Amino acid sequence: MSMPFYVSPEQLMKDRADFARKGIARGRSVVAVQYADGILFVSENPSQALHKVSEIYDRIAFAAVGRYNEFENLRIAGVRLADMRGYAYDRRDVTGRGLANAYAQTLGTIFSSGGEKPYEVEIFVAEIGDEPADDQLYRLTYDGQVADEHGFAVMGGAADVVAGHLREHYVAGSSLEDTLRVAVAALGHSETEDRVIPAGDLEVAALDRTRTQPRKFLRLRAARLAEILGGRGAPTSDAASPEDALAGAAPHQSGTDDPSDPTDQVSGAVPPLEDPVTGEPPVAPPVAPQRQEPAPGDSPAGEPPTPGSPPPPTEPGQV
Amino acid sequence: MGDSRLPTSYMTPGTSSFADFLGVEAPDLLPSRRAVPTGDAGDLAPHGTTIVAATFDGGVVMAGDRRATMGNIIAQRDIQKVFPADEFSVVGIAGTAGLAVEMVRLFQTELEHYEKIEGTTLSMDGKANRLSALIRANLGLAMQGLAVVPLFAGYDVAADHGRIFSYDVTGGRYEETAFHSVGSGSLFARGSLKKLYREDLDEEGTVTAVVQALYDAADDDSATGGPDLTRRIFPVVHVITADGGRRMPDAEVSAIADRMIASRMQRPDGPAAPLT
Repeated sequence: MSMPFYVSPEQLMKDRADFARKGIARGRSVVAVQYADGILFVSENPSQALHKVSEIYDRIAFAAVGRYNEFENLRIAGVRLADMRGYAYDRRDVTGRGLANAYAQTLGTIFSSGGEKPYEVEIFVAEIGDEPADDQLYRLTYDGQVADEHGFAVMGGAADVVAGHLREHYVAGSSLEDTLRVAVAALGHSETEDRVIPAGDLEVAALDRTRTQPRKFLRLRAARLAEILGGRGAPTSDAASPEDALAGAAPHQSGTDDPSDPTDQVSGAVPPLEDPVTGEPPVAPPVAPQRQEPAPGDSPAGEPPTPGSPPPPTEPGQV
Repeated sequence: MGDSRLPTSYMTPGTSSFADFLGVEAPDLLPSRRAVPTGDAGDLAPHGTTIVAATFDGGVVMAGDRRATMGNIIAQRDIQKVFPADEFSVVGIAGTAGLAVEMVRLFQTELEHYEKIEGTTLSMDGKANRLSALIRANLGLAMQGLAVVPLFAGYDVAADHGRIFSYDVTGGRYEETAFHSVGSGSLFARGSLKKLYREDLDEEGTVTAVVQALYDAADDDSATGGPDLTRRIFPVVHVITADGGRRMPDAEVSAIADRMIASRMQRPDGPAAPLT
C-alpha cells in the first residue's frame, strides 16, 4: 500500500500564494490616486478593448491586475451584484464596502479551497462620496485580504517602485491634470530609467464627483490625455510583456525558475517534498523500459537506409 | 450586501441582459412574473395617460401630462410619466402606473447593465427591441387589464437623427415618423400635432407644439391633466440631441406654457392652421 504524501498546511498555502503572486507579478501596474474631485485610475495598457479599469455602479469603480479571464469574471459578478442590489432596493443602497466584502469572501474561499486554483488577481474597489474625506479605496489580494488605502495605491508587477515614486511626488487634493501627470510619471518610473509612456498606451478612468449625471465614472480618451500631458519628450512604448498575449504563443518550457512565467515547471528555492515517513526525497516516476536492441541483420522499417545500399525490399502490393 | 461568497451563477459567463439574469436568479422581482388572480384587475390601480413625442432637426422631444386616474378619481396630480432610459433615449408610459414605473426601472437597468458588461451601448434598434421583449412578457397581465403601453424615443447616434417607436400590448414595435402619441388622450393630441407640427420647427418650437398637443388632449379627455396654473404643475418635457438627453427645467416649460395659455385666452382652441 502506498502512503499519500503529507503536505503541511503552511507549505500548501505558501505554494498557492507563490503561484498567485507569480501570475500577478507579470502584469503591468495599475495606480489609483485620490484627487480633489474623486479618484483617478491610471494603467499602461496598450489594448483598447481589454480594460483593466471599469465601471461597476454610479459611484463605484473596479480595477484589476493579473489574469484577464479571472478578473473579468469578478467584474461581471460585481456588475450583476450591484445592479441586482440597486434594482431590488435603491441605487443608494449599493455600496463599495459591500462589494469589497463579497469579493473578499469569494477570493478567500477560492484561495483556501483545495479544489480550485487560486485566482491570480489583485483588485481595487473604489467608491467616491460627496466629499474627498468620504472617498473609499479598497485593495483586495488573491487570498481575500482587504486593505483600506488612503491617498494612493499601486498593484501589479512593479508596484513597489511605482509606489515609491508616488510617495515622493503625490500631493493630496490636487487637480485631475496634476494628479494624472504624477501618476503617469510614476508608472514610467523604474530603477534604471524614467520612461515617457505614449498617451495611446495609457488606460485612464476616473470617478468624478463633479459630473452632473448619477453615473460618475468616465474614461479619459487618448486625445484628452495628450492634451493634458502635453510635451513630455519622446514617448517610448514598453517592451512586450508576458501579459500581452501573442496569437499562437504557447507557454515556454524553461529549465530555471522564472517568476514571470507561472507555467514553468521549476519551483526555484522551494525544495521538493520529502517522504514524511522515511525522510527520503521523493521517488522519480518509473522510467519506461528500454527498447530491445534489434538483432543484427534485422533491419526494421522506419530505419533510414544506409547510403549506397539497395532500397529495402517492398512488400507485395506496395507501390 | 452579501456577506459570503458570490453565488456561482454570478460568476458564470453568459447573458449580458439584466432581465434574463433576473429571470434566473430572482424571478419574483420581474414585473411580469406576478401571479394575479383571474378577473379584471384594471380598476385596482392608477392609470397614466397621455404621452406625446415629436422629432425635430437634431433631436427628439417627449412630453407627458402629470395626471394619474383611478376611475373617476384623480389619483395623482404630479406623477412623472416620462423617464430617461439612458443618456440618449427616453421612455414615456401609459397604462397601469405601478407596473409601468417598475418596467421603466427594469428597462433602465437593462440598458445600463448591457453597457457596463459589454463596454458599449446598445444600438437604437437594440434598445427598442429589448423594450419590446419586456412588454411581450407582460401580455398575461395586460389581458387582465394591467396593460402597459410605452412610447420610446431617442437620438440615434449612428444615424444622426431622432427616432420614435410605439408599441402595442403584445410587444409589437412600430417606428413612427415625425410625431406620435399614446394613452387615453392620444387621439386628440395626435390630431392637434397633425395641424401644428412642421418639419422645420426648432427645439423650442417642437416643445411648444407638444405642449399645445397635451393641452388639446386635456381639453377633450378627462383623464389627461392640463397645465395646473394654481399649483404651477406643468408637463414633464425631455429633449434629446446629439449631446445627450436632459429634462427641460420647470422654469422653461412654464414659460412656454404661460405663453400658450395667454394666446388661448384670445382663441381657446389654440392656433388656427391655414385651410390650404
